[in-house]
Amino acid sequence: MKTSVFLGSVAAATLMAGAGAADTLADVKARGELNCGVNTGLVGFAAPDANGNWTGFDVDICKAVAAAVLGDPSKVKYVPTTGQTRFTALSSGEVDVLARNSTWTFSRDTDLKLDFIGVNYYDGQGFMVRKDLGVTSAKELDGATICIQTGTTTELNLADYFKANNMAYQPVNIDSNAEGEQQYMAGACDAYTTDASGLAATRAAFADPENHIILPEIISKEPLGPAVRHGDNLWGDIVRWTLYALIAAEEYGVTSKNIEELTKSSQNPEVQRLLGVTDDLGAMIGLDKDWAKRAILASGNYGEIFAANIGEQTPIGLARGLNAQWTQGGLMYAMPFR
Amino acid sequence: MSETHAQTVPFVRDTMLPPADPPVREAGTVRWLRQNLFSGPLNTVLTVLGVLIVWFLVSHFWDWFAHSVWNAGSLAECRRIIAETWGEGARGACWAVIRERWNQYVFGFYPVELYWRPTMTFGLLFVALAPVLFSESAAIRRVVLGIATVLTLWLMVTLNAPALWLVFAAAVLIGALLISERRPAWLLVFSVLYPLMGVWFLWGGSAWGPAMVLVGPALGWLAWRLVGRVSGLLATVAALVVPLVWWTLFAGDAARDAESLVSLSIPAVASDRFGGFLLSITIGVSGIAMSLPLGIVLALARRSDMVLVKTLAVMFIEFIRGVPLIALLFVASLLLNYFLPPGTTFDIILRVIIMVTLFSAAYMAEVIRGGLAALPRGQYEAADALGLDYWKAQRLIVLPQALKISIPGIVSTFIGMFKDTTLVTFVGLYDPLKSMSDAVRASTSWKGIYWEPYIFVGFIFFLICFGMSRYSMYLERRLARDHR
Repeated sequence: MKTSVFLGSVAAATLMAGAGAADTLADVKARGELNCGVNTGLVGFAAPDANGNWTGFDVDICKAVAAAVLGDPSKVKYVPTTGQTRFTALSSGEVDVLARNSTWTFSRDTDLKLDFIGVNYYDGQGFMVRKDLGVTSAKELDGATICIQTGTTTELNLADYFKANNMAYQPVNIDSNAEGEQQYMAGACDAYTTDASGLAATRAAFADPENHIILPEIISKEPLGPAVRHGDNLWGDIVRWTLYALIAAEEYGVTSKNIEELTKSSQNPEVQRLLGVTDDLGAMIGLDKDWAKRAILASGNYGEIFAANIGEQTPIGLARGLNAQWTQGGLMYAMPFR
Repeated sequence: MSETHAQTVPFVRDTMLPPADPPVREAGTVRWLRQNLFSGPLNTVLTVLGVLIVWFLVSHFWDWFAHSVWNAGSLAECRRIIAETWGEGARGACWAVIRERWNQYVFGFYPVELYWRPTMTFGLLFVALAPVLFSESAAIRRVVLGIATVLTLWLMVTLNAPALWLVFAAAVLIGALLISERRPAWLLVFSVLYPLMGVWFLWGGSAWGPAMVLVGPALGWLAWRLVGRVSGLLATVAALVVPLVWWTLFAGDAARDAESLVSLSIPAVASDRFGGFLLSITIGVSGIAMSLPLGIVLALARRSDMVLVKTLAVMFIEFIRGVPLIALLFVASLLLNYFLPPGTTFDIILRVIIMVTLFSAAYMAEVIRGGLAALPRGQYEAADALGLDYWKAQRLIVLPQALKISIPGIVSTFIGMFKDTTLVTFVGLYDPLKSMSDAVRASTSWKGIYWEPYIFVGFIFFLICFGMSRYSMYLERRLARDHR
């Protein structure tokens, strides 16, 4: 990730001069299209299908923002970004929002001059091993060979974890997830480590998933969230509250199915404010009354988006876990709409 | 005769013995084997090793190839079919992924209903290339153009091209076939126009844009003729400046005005829809077509007596050769955005093409400089003795020989550059090898598939590169002047 930090710093430094005049909302409206930075391809989060239509968990965030701002979830131009180009694409203005499973870290938030507007997926790094290895805890991995993607935060986390627990390991460096799976299947490494969501997706794609286990230890915090540029607070607010609208909608039981009905009949004042029945919250962020309603209609509330892309009914089959609502013991907590 | 020798020679043979068959080890297959495979201890060992390696590969991968599945909707289905057909635990290749996603490997995210446009552009590429590549052989031209005509028209019909464009393509292709029989040189006009036409076909939009670009050289020629009556030097300057002024200041507005008067538009396709081999071939062909002339100019500049020209050429070549291509691509995709005024959209594919061209032009310059250096000094002196000026000497005597010497190097550079187009994956473009395969793997149906996309893409790359290499060998044979 060194390259991206360097390029990002260059980008940030050059951007300082022009940052004052940024009005992303006006730019997006004038363009009639939201430029959304997404992953070039990550199962469940962002992937183009055979016809080039993008789907995924991150893609639905883009759609919600486009629906809120432009009134049409299809007015998104998806800009595929790699691990190296993602932050520069954002700071150079090539994309308006970066919804690309990027971890919110101190240096990215401050030094790279980005603003993470929230967390749409709480991830964490885990390990997968073959069942016949007889390992049940990551603490027993002393001396193991471990497949690890180079240039990522996971590589640093792995080193930290083994150092903290006074263990040794033999890294097998890989370049991409696909290569990692291949090496792991070929027996080049005892354990494969990456984000737990990625491990689940990988395991689900194996011919014999029952012979592999994901160890219980989660060794790092990987809060993944959409990011915008520093310095345009209005635009940051719009993206942040669009995400909160999706999360709040799930909390209050507003789904894409019952939203019209609730707009007419709901007596819950918070729902009424969210859907623009009472108060005009939209005007405070430069949008109209129905912005949140359109955002929720784009692909459903947070829970619906989760279930459709990565939930337990999909081949990836992720449990809600930390990503459940705070009322269900998770960390998803939308700030009050008031 | 026998009487003369009757006393001196006791016996004279007067009939010859019939020739005996050669020993078994010196004839037929055995001889071929002995000569080619077992001619000494070292070669015997190498042959045995080679056979062992081939046997190892075949025995390990044969079952995988033999158990190929072509019809399935997902990797899981492939695995189920393999398990059902060849038993539990059998493994096999799942080519169904290619069957389902081949269009993305070929066209990227280009709109499906417009697939005929890149197809037609590719077919017409052969019309543009035939008079350049096969200028001396009418027979080869006939074969190449014939195959291109049949395949292009057939594919266009299959891809539901509109009738009007079918007629256009048929007219160009069949017209080219006829013209190539009588006046092949006329086809060069098409070769010159082809780049602009190709850009229009691929990206779409208004035809007036490319047309107005074309007006530039016409104006330059006009300026050259008019000013030429005053002064030769001024005429050259005018011929260069007038088109530049036209392109930067007026061409855009003129194209817009003309478009609003008479609309000549086809649906526009944005650069982010390009991908797969469409992207590779677009970048590769443009890079190849532009880097050769640029490389020649750079090579001549580097050998020039003029200090400034020489210094600039050396600096350019050494700088570009000293920097990795990926660094140049990053500059193209990231840094240029900061230097350009905000709001200017400078097409990413165009930026990449420029960088790739500059990169391979620097290598090309060195390859051609090698050819220039290999030419005996006498050739240069002979040109001088004939009283030819610099450009005539280069054009008539030096370059034809130097380029002929450099053919293998030039084609190597081309092949290398074509393969390097896969590096655009690092700037977020969908090259066929990595980005497109990763995108395919990112769908839940095909996650976990690994070798099949690589083998498929590698095979197509091999076909194209092998074709280029065979062409270079043909060209070398055709240009051989030494033993005939």
